[in-house]
Amino acid sequence: MRWLGLVVVVACALALAVVLGPAHVPLADLATSDVVRSLRLPRALLAFLVGGSLALAGAGLQALVRNPLADPSLLGLSGGAGLGAVLAIALHVSSPWALPLAAFAGALGAMALVYRLGLVGGAELDPRVLILAGVAVGAFTAAVTTALVSLSDAAELRNAFLWLWGGLSGASWDSVLLLCVYAPLPIAVLLAAARPLDLLALGEEPARHLGADVESVKRRVYVAASLLTAAAVAVSGVIGFVGLVIPHAMRLLWGHRHRPLLPAAFLGGGALLLLSDTVARVAVAPRELQVGIVTALIGVPVFVLLLRRWTAN
Amino acid sequence: MDRELILDVRDVSYRYPGAVSDALAGVSLAVAAGEVHAVLGPNGSGKTTLVRVALGLAPPAAGRAAILGRPAAAWSRRDLARVVGVVTQREDHLFPQRVRETVLLGRYARLSLWGAERAEDHAAVERALARCDVSALAHRWIWTLSGGEYQRVRLARALAQEPRLLVLDEPTASLDVRHEMQLFELVRALADRDGLAVLLITHHVNLAARFADRVLLLADGRPAGDGAPADVLTRETVERVFAWPVSIASFEGRPQMIPLRKKEDRT
Repeated sequence: MRWLGLVVVVACALALAVVLGPAHVPLADLATSDVVRSLRLPRALLAFLVGGSLALAGAGLQALVRNPLADPSLLGLSGGAGLGAVLAIALHVSSPWALPLAAFAGALGAMALVYRLGLVGGAELDPRVLILAGVAVGAFTAAVTTALVSLSDAAELRNAFLWLWGGLSGASWDSVLLLCVYAPLPIAVLLAAARPLDLLALGEEPARHLGADVESVKRRVYVAASLLTAAAVAVSGVIGFVGLVIPHAMRLLWGHRHRPLLPAAFLGGGALLLLSDTVARVAVAPRELQVGIVTALIGVPVFVLLLRRWTAN
Repeated sequence: MDRELILDVRDVSYRYPGAVSDALAGVSLAVAAGEVHAVLGPNGSGKTTLVRVALGLAPPAAGRAAILGRPAAAWSRRDLARVVGVVTQREDHLFPQRVRETVLLGRYARLSLWGAERAEDHAAVERALARCDVSALAHRWIWTLSGGEYQRVRLARALAQEPRLLVLDEPTASLDVRHEMQLFELVRALADRDGLAVLLITHHVNLAARFADRVLLLADGRPAGDGAPADVLTRETVERVFAWPVSIASFEGRPQMIPLRKKEDRT
């Protein structure tokens, strides 16, 4: 029943995203419309993939760092992506893929740095150090980014920020295809870690005694969640809240076992970002809201409702 | 009858990285099927370190540890979890769980990567719940359990692993007499009736003396005695190891320790 409900929500969100928009497309012409085929459909699919990736990464990270309030944005990746994008613009690299690629490279650089810092205590990845390292790297990249902006030609760098916070307006079939090729591997790695993550919630020592290869699980989950987040940031800029609120909402509905939780988080995250992006496109048409604002506006009340129900039980 | 040797630790030493002295030196320990072997010692005497070395989590600097004849370090965590069940001193509950859910985690090492739990897994969980007398609690949330119920649930999870060796690290640390005795009686029955080898880490001298077949007494990481409780727990040895004057009485053929008050306190 719950799964059916979730699939119906995803299907409705997808249908709304295709039907609604600033340009009026009669229902009869949906299949043949250029607006639908080259703009709305790829954008909707991209929103679904990005939202799903962020929520899945968030659910994995919460178990990894043993903190239910963890969010992909804590990993310092967004800061790295922003720095990459700003650098590319400051260096006048111009090609349609330059910005996403530079942002992706920046996110990967930040990930490598955070990972290295997470190993400071020895050969074992320490989740607590990982969060601190993520926050430190995020602050550092933000400082460098701001320095670059204040020292450079304002008009150009404004473009970088608009792109970085610009949501999904740059969606194309190319970016959808790219994500479809790229994302399955980290998604599969995270889904395969579902049971070990259940064990890890008991602590590392009990998890080892129950048969989990704890060090390898931590590394795999961290790298897979980071790779998903980096790709999501590279194609759509920073979108907060999905990675935090969706895993929590799904925990309330599905419980805490990661085998049902992780796929549910992926579908739920996809649906939330689809709906949010539709609202962002339609609400103040012909202008667009930033999709991150909408995810927060939709997400917070939903979260409060679920939290009330949860504490009432 | 010669019982199968499950855990065989010979003459191991271990030093924590950067430490100036050995946490363990020249310790041996052999646990056979159907036997309860207690490891006794004051706080910081190396009991938990010995478990880590025995289960391949810390490589010994000297000596060797073997489980079912195979070096402890050569086991993968997954294979070892099918042979050894451990109830640790502490664990976290990051997310709320129900009793049956947490016992089902004991089946992890027997499940395939993508496969669902099979009928035999659920059957093993039910057996473990029944064995520990917690079937009636199966639907309860973990946080609603009393201390004694909680420890029996954790023991049930270790039994769901269907192990040959059970390792219990201070299982009755915060339990009252009734729950303490219940748990020790259960552990004794698991060795006698189910043929499990049991390694019991505790600082309860009297309970170890009454329930264990053998006790290993540790002092500062060195063996201070290993054998039947009556042979090891003599007044001289216990006083030396625990650094307190005691009297040893005999009850049902087992030594029982009574700590003495200091002379100057008596009037």
